[in-house]
Amino acid sequence: MALLEVSNLSIAVAAGGKLLPVVQGISFQVEAGKTLGIVGESGCGKSLTSLAIMGLLEGSQVRIIGGTIHFNGQNMLTLSDKKRREIMGAEMAMIFQEPMTSLNPVYRVGDQIIEAIRQHKKQTKQQARARAIELLTLVRIPDAEKRIESYPHQLSGGMRQRVMIAMALACDPKLLIADEPTTALDVTVQARILELLKELQQQTGMAIVLISHDLGVIAETCDSVAVMYRGKFVEVAPSAELFSTVAHPYTSGLLSSIPVSDHEIDRLDAIPGRVPMLGEDVIGCAFHPRCNLAQECCSLKDPEEVSLTQTHFTRCHFPIGSNL
Amino acid sequence: MLAYTFKRLLALIPTLLAASVLIFLFVHLIPGDPAAILLGDTATPEEIAELTHAMGLDRSLITQYFLWLGNVLQGDFGTSIFFRIPVLSVIADGAETSILLASMTMIWIMLIGIPIGILAATRHGSWVDQIASGGAMLFASIPTFWLGLYLILIFAVGLGWFPSSGFPSISDEGGLWNIRYLLLPSLTLAAPNAALIIRLVRASMLDVQREDHVRTARAKGLHPTKVAIRHVFRNAMISVAAAFGFTFAALISEAVVTETVFSLPGIGRLVVQSILRRDYPVIQGVILVIVCLYMIINLLVDLTYARLDPRVSLK
Ligand SMILES: Nc1ncnc2c1ncn2[C@@H]1O[C@H](COP(=O)(O)OP(=O)(O)OP(=O)(O)O)[C@@H](O)[C@H]1O
Ligand SMILES: [Mg+2]
Repeated sequence: MALLEVSNLSIAVAAGGKLLPVVQGISFQVEAGKTLGIVGESGCGKSLTSLAIMGLLEGSQVRIIGGTIHFNGQNMLTLSDKKRREIMGAEMAMIFQEPMTSLNPVYRVGDQIIEAIRQHKKQTKQQARARAIELLTLVRIPDAEKRIESYPHQLSGGMRQRVMIAMALACDPKLLIADEPTTALDVTVQARILELLKELQQQTGMAIVLISHDLGVIAETCDSVAVMYRGKFVEVAPSAELFSTVAHPYTSGLLSSIPVSDHEIDRLDAIPGRVPMLGEDVIGCAFHPRCNLAQECCSLKDPEEVSLTQTHFTRCHFPIGSNL
Repeated sequence: MLAYTFKRLLALIPTLLAASVLIFLFVHLIPGDPAAILLGDTATPEEIAELTHAMGLDRSLITQYFLWLGNVLQGDFGTSIFFRIPVLSVIADGAETSILLASMTMIWIMLIGIPIGILAATRHGSWVDQIASGGAMLFASIPTFWLGLYLILIFAVGLGWFPSSGFPSISDEGGLWNIRYLLLPSLTLAAPNAALIIRLVRASMLDVQREDHVRTARAKGLHPTKVAIRHVFRNAMISVAAAFGFTFAALISEAVVTETVFSLPGIGRLVVQSILRRDYPVIQGVILVIVCLYMIINLLVDLTYARLDPRVSLK
């Protein structure tokens, strides 16, 4: 059994007395030590998926309405709260999309890391402090002994995200979920954070679920890729295979919108149209209004999942480069 | 921090001077002649004129003001027209009651306001929250004098559990046990303010709850109670502390009513009685002391605020 197995996960948002499906029956696996990338445009349900895995969906607004999440052989959705909290932050950790606001403004960053350590490990304050310094050094924060005394507002966004990573690594997790860890940071910092994540993975052997809306980021970092469109995985494949034989027109659109070298292009311009609004019904394939390869049946029937190879799946009536 | 405190204390001087002018004018604009009131109905105009002259009230307002200010600066607040003893000792007599009453009230406010506020926020939307919020709304809108009278009616007159009025000093017979006299008054005074704190704690905790760092705290695997106290409440305290200055201001005016309802020999009742007696020196003295106290409390609030929020730097 893989380290993380998600099958048929569906998540809905309650709005105006109705349950609107946001994530619809997605399935994937992550093996220990491997990296899965999830790409998709803003609002397609990436964050909700990651929060669901982590057990952080909260409140009556957002709800898991179907499917299972198995982590390390345990069914996360039926686990008691206490057992789940023992896993959260220890075996499974998460870094978030918003480094500027994800740290508590009133505590020193060191104390926040120490809290994460002591929550799961029986350590004295001194031991935990030493470990926190070690972690800050590990994520390349210069002057870790001094920085441990800083408050979040005294650090830049990139530094704060490093602190978040250090905190996530506090208890040597088996799985790290990184929800757009670099989106809010500027380009040079982005590259360094991604490099850091890759290196840390090599050192610790943890698995990573890396979420991004930038296929370029995913291409460099991941073993396999899932492309998400409007709450569904429209294409899943090992990285190499995906980039050599793109099957879904949406993936192809994303690929051609990867900025070439250093002059950026507006990535939303690359694929015409927009993502349909939440709750807006689209009959047939959700992508067909924006798809330049769409044919009549695309607007009538939602495509089933088809497998192109053992490891390459897509949801398209007319996958590129195939004779289906 | 020390430098900042010192600067703020220096800044109190012009404010206090301005306050002294206002207080003086206000007091002297109250209609009524203190000499006439002091001498009673049977006094002849000559007697009144004589006393007015003896008290210096026939001089120009400006002269009177500077004479008063000069004395105050030397620590002499004048002599009470009514008691014929120094104003400072009149105030000191009322201070014990008022300080004890204020302390007990503060304890009630914290003891009632904070835990119920936290409970209402963490159980947001549940019946616990609805009762707490509804109760808070009710108590915030009940007039102090009305609540005081009802407490007296129920617990003092009806059940006889507590004395209904007065307060013998804790150095008198009965000792510390005498603070039972202050139980109903302090509860009366605490009720609207505790209600305010409940609503404040609840509202700011609900605000903080939506912040991203709370999700981080939950992602660490912390127990929800730990998240609520250590992360949510700790941040919510910043805005609660900032509002505390207002609570104190409200407390002062409500204390005047409460002390009157419960006939407590405190400073609040002293103000009311002194106004009725046209006891100018006492009114001026008391109000000046209250203004001072208010400004010091606000300084303390600002210092606390800065301590609670590392992003605030004191300059
Ligand atoms: N708490 C919530 N209440 C209501 N709707 C929500 C909530 N959280 C998310 N949604 C909706 O669910 C959809 C998916 O949101 P999600 O945050 O997962 O998107 P995302 O793929 O992470 O986008 P981004 O790239 O902008 O982070 C969005 O349309 C969003 O508006
Ligand atoms: Mg997101």
